[in-house]
Amino acid sequence: MKLRGLLFGIAASLAATTAFAQAPVKIGMITTLSGPGGYLGQDIRDAFKLAIDMEGGKLGGVPVELMVEDDGLKPGQGKQIAEKMLKTDGIKIMTGIVFSNVAGATVPDIVDSGALYVSPNAAPSNFAGKECNENYFVIAWQNDSLHESAGQYATNLGYKKAFILAPNYQAGKDALTGFKRLFKGDVVGEVYTRLDQTDFAPEMAQIKAANPDVVFQFHPGGLGIAFMRQYQQAGLLGQVPMVLAAPSADSTTLKAVGDAALGANVTSHWNSDFDNPANKKFMEAWTKAYNRVPTYYASQGYDTALAIASALKATGGKADVPALRTALAKADFQSVRGAFKFGKNQHPVQDWYALKVEKGPDGAPILKTVGKVLSNHGDVYAKDCKL
Amino acid sequence: MTLVLEQLLNGLQFGVMLFLLAAGLTLIFGIMGVINLAHGSLYMVGAYASAFAAAQTGSVWLALLAGLAGAAIAGMVVEIVVLRRLYARNHLDQVLATFALILIFNQGVTILFGRQPLFVSVPPALNGSVQLLPGLTYPVYRLAIIAVGLLVALGLYLLINRTRIGMLVRAGATHREMVRALGVDIRLLYTAVFGLGALLAGLAGLMAGPILAVQVGMGEQILIMTFVVVVIGGVGSIRGAFFGALIVGLVDTSLRAFMPGLLRHVMTGPEADALGAGLASMGIYLLMAIVLLVRPKGLFPAHV
Repeated sequence: MKLRGLLFGIAASLAATTAFAQAPVKIGMITTLSGPGGYLGQDIRDAFKLAIDMEGGKLGGVPVELMVEDDGLKPGQGKQIAEKMLKTDGIKIMTGIVFSNVAGATVPDIVDSGALYVSPNAAPSNFAGKECNENYFVIAWQNDSLHESAGQYATNLGYKKAFILAPNYQAGKDALTGFKRLFKGDVVGEVYTRLDQTDFAPEMAQIKAANPDVVFQFHPGGLGIAFMRQYQQAGLLGQVPMVLAAPSADSTTLKAVGDAALGANVTSHWNSDFDNPANKKFMEAWTKAYNRVPTYYASQGYDTALAIASALKATGGKADVPALRTALAKADFQSVRGAFKFGKNQHPVQDWYALKVEKGPDGAPILKTVGKVLSNHGDVYAKDCKL
Repeated sequence: MTLVLEQLLNGLQFGVMLFLLAAGLTLIFGIMGVINLAHGSLYMVGAYASAFAAAQTGSVWLALLAGLAGAAIAGMVVEIVVLRRLYARNHLDQVLATFALILIFNQGVTILFGRQPLFVSVPPALNGSVQLLPGLTYPVYRLAIIAVGLLVALGLYLLINRTRIGMLVRAGATHREMVRALGVDIRLLYTAVFGLGALLAGLAGLMAGPILAVQVGMGEQILIMTFVVVVIGGVGSIRGAFFGALIVGLVDTSLRAFMPGLLRHVMTGPEADALGAGLASMGIYLLMAIVLLVRPKGLFPAHV
């Protein structure tokens, strides 16, 4: 993975040096490329790279050099890579982290050393409130708000008894907290699973015993695939409907889950069928470059690149952190999800939509947008932020 | 009551899967003295080979065959190309080399199949659930896994205790040098045992495909548990692997299923859930520590 990052770096710098005299601005990307979560980081990286390629090696008219390293979903490894990028490579703009536990160990080092961190995914609650930082921007969402939208949607759909499950780590706790915040019914069961768990049979039995009228679960990546399939095999599909936030039902998960996902209610801030010019441009370029359905991780990677592009454009390519910060805060870019602005803790304020898993034209399940759940939704931690 | 029974079945099914992996691992360690960290990779190879064959041909039997053959061949190639050079080396070299194999297998699978997990459907004949008792329905596929696992355990028992090759395996596990001195082709025996271990890992992998996600790194997730099983059961002992696997499967499942519920009697809901989940994930490691304290060689040691 190092080699690939290196080669990519060399290729990018060659392309840049032959075409432009100006030294490219280095952007460091620490992301998860190996292991079961690997496809999440791959989509973020590919989308970010796509945005650079679409400008011919530049972002906001400024030549950039993207350095990618794999954290392997290990917080310690993420921290080490960050240190190297900050000290050895002198990078001032960093991005890429997928998982909140890696972010938890890595982001404080980055922002405290005076570099910018622009998150394309993970946004744990502890960085959103009192510990918000002027160098820390989140493009995706605050962890809780993903799941608040699911809670609101479950309430809208009239469910009264929910059984909720998530892995036992920061984002899992944020998920259950978020869901409960806007769900008006009762929570009849609350289970923390393991982040490395593959067999959910005991949880299925507990769900059956509790007899809820809706199940909410947050299991990103491969975990979600196993969960959904075992849900079907346990005979729960069709009996107890599921309301999910986007990470538990991204397009890759759906492909691997197959029919077991049909009928699930999903909430998300973006879907591939969104009808706005920025998204159409993105979808067209993505399909041409990679020929697979992008996950919402890809949309966030792309938006992150656009946000950084807007800041670089404003500073004219100078990697001057205070100037970049001011420009970035304006969120002067066309997000593929439509309306987008930052709240005062530099986390997004955006709309949330309801999606439904349906059979697509080729029989494989797809996500279809069916309505809006929340408008201009920020997060509850913003009020504790002193920025 | 039905909930308890269902959880016991879940534990049994998990234990049986662990047994298939642990049997190979313990044989390889017991007989060749090699710590094979890449055993989980063979599990992954079995799952991928089977998923690939199923997607290409749509035949359950061809998928089964492909999974078994793929893992066994991969195992034997690994033995001949890499491990054969490591028997005389110390464990650290073996760990280093087999860890490298994990990385090679993972990257190889990523190159061939990509990072996106594969879809494997449950064989149509095993789809659905059956009612075992009033109020207790259970997926047929999981019952099939339990049946296959128990049959394999029986088959291995007969193979080890009633056949000539089994005799050599037992002799090799306890008196390696003596077997060699008696003129047995130890290289062939090693390759065969490694192939058998890989085959069992492949079987576990291909059976796991329709339940879990077939994805890069799936082997490492289960490998740690497998090592715990081998340590609890006693290194080199098939019987130990069998009982160790069932104990670990049952204990892990029961803790996960009932710990939060029990704690909820003495503390508030969310805290009980979080603490229960934490305790449950420590459970089998605590069990391992206790077993090691009381019986340092495991429950059923091969080298008495």
